[in-house]
Amino acid sequence: MSNETILNIDNIKVYYGDLLAVRDISLSIKRGQIVSIIGANGAGKSTILKTISGLLSPRGGTIKFLGEDITGHKPFKTVAKGISMVPEGRHIFPRLTVRENLLIGAYTPKARHQSEKACKKIFSLFPILEERADQLGTNLSGGEQQMLAIGRALMSDPQLILFDEISLGLSPLIIKDIYQKIKDINNEGITVLLVEQDIKRSLKASEWTYVLQEGRVVLQGKPDSLTEVQIRKAYFGA
Amino acid sequence: MEEYFQLILNGILLGGLYAAVGVGLSMMFGIVKQVNLAHGDLMILASYLCMVLITHLKFLNLWTAVILVVPIMFAVGFLLQKYIMNRVQGMGMEPPLIVAFGLSIIIQNGLMLIFSPDSQSLETPLAIMSLRVTDMFYIPAIYVIDFLTGIALIIFLHLFFKYSYLGWAIRAASDDENTAQLMGIDTRNIYAWAMGIAISSAAVSGILIGATKNFYPHTGPQYLIIAFGVTIIGGVGSMAGTLLGGLVLGLAQLLGGKIFGPGYQLLSGYIILLALLAVRPQGLLSKAGRAD
Ligand SMILES: Nc1ncnc2c1ncn2[C@@H]1O[C@H](COP(=O)(O)OP(=O)(O)O)[C@@H](O)[C@H]1O
Ligand SMILES: [Mg+2]
Repeated sequence: MSNETILNIDNIKVYYGDLLAVRDISLSIKRGQIVSIIGANGAGKSTILKTISGLLSPRGGTIKFLGEDITGHKPFKTVAKGISMVPEGRHIFPRLTVRENLLIGAYTPKARHQSEKACKKIFSLFPILEERADQLGTNLSGGEQQMLAIGRALMSDPQLILFDEISLGLSPLIIKDIYQKIKDINNEGITVLLVEQDIKRSLKASEWTYVLQEGRVVLQGKPDSLTEVQIRKAYFGA
Repeated sequence: MEEYFQLILNGILLGGLYAAVGVGLSMMFGIVKQVNLAHGDLMILASYLCMVLITHLKFLNLWTAVILVVPIMFAVGFLLQKYIMNRVQGMGMEPPLIVAFGLSIIIQNGLMLIFSPDSQSLETPLAIMSLRVTDMFYIPAIYVIDFLTGIALIIFLHLFFKYSYLGWAIRAASDDENTAQLMGIDTRNIYAWAMGIAISSAAVSGILIGATKNFYPHTGPQYLIIAFGVTIIGGVGSMAGTLLGGLVLGLAQLLGGKIFGPGYQLLSGYIILLALLAVRPQGLLSKAGRAD
């Protein structure tokens, strides 16, 4: 069971117009893992996550989720299958209240039946959100907005959750708190793929990591098996 | 004094109708950033459709025909968005504008070919009834119906956007299309729903107009301009603003007509509009930062 591959990416290429942003990347995640992708700004981390969720379509290669080919599927299909994403920059809906932001996370027909229950669960994970339930999402502090973005992504009851730079712009104390919540979420059986520029934090949290440079995987392995020199070299180039 | 009381009352009643005329345009402008130049023509199309149904299906009257006209116009709006407008979405402002302009011409000329340029109206016994306010002052019953229907429409849409999943999805998609997709929302389909709802509201106002006034194949643009006025005065995409915009425009027209002479009705409305644009270009109740 724990050896089951939940996500398998095989040789994908992703372009923006003529710009090749992701070159022949392959990666694989087992159910229940926390996997990280690290790399400098512009390395292609967000592009990979957007391609998994379906916001972008690859021009070559395949993506399989639980053995099923989902290459090029639009997000409304991947979300329904159990993939959820917390986008870089949080993207809280400005005209929706905190509660509405959460409920919209349970938009898929399957999740909608359980939306009240799911909402309660999020409120127990992040009690501050319950206190702010009827305020506009944009009135929250950065850390609270990040909690809301995470809560919103959990509302669809995902099997795999993608986090794009969740620590961006937050204070160390809040980052620590949020990473603890990621552990809690993972302990409930949700597989996690997280993307960070903050190397230390993500290496500590994950059990497998991919180092990305200019759209290519240049290094991968168990974080504690990689030396700092190796990582620095891969991260910044030779 | 009583004269002004009458005018103000009539202006308010007219304002409710204008709000209904404007709400669909405002919605689509706010949500999809799409200006539906055919809004008025689709309204009048609904008036003709209603007329045909009443004439050919004898068991229908004006009010039962609504039950058929509104769903048919919903389908027209839905399909129009799904198969035509969505194709030119994301190509900038002009292509959807041109498509809508083309549609407007097609509807006007189509109606002209089928029904001739003659004036038409939807017949209802209500047209000749009136309500007594004072001994000297009666108001046509149809004005009251127009007003109440307009208010009901606005309240319905407000509740829809506030409390339904589809309403949240439409608002979310309008704020941030990519993130809305990440919630599992098929945004293209959502825009089609929004257009279906907007054109249903146009159908309701088209039927009211048809029951209140005469209409011709070329009447549409006249109401498009009113819809624009309501949208601009009230602020794009706000339900409360749309209602307020309708009231301001209705009152401005009737009071302006009284003060400056009947020829100045429309002009007075637009002078108010320009004045408000100068002082508050975002509209009286703009959607920015509001939860409705
Ligand atoms: N919308 C876009 N249009 C064109 N190029 C883009 C776009 N988004 C990202 N890129 C380019 O693709 C490359 C990878 O970007 P991205 O995946 O956002 O990197 P990261 O998330 O690792 O910082 C960069 O060179 C970036 O400039
Ligand atoms: Mg990024």
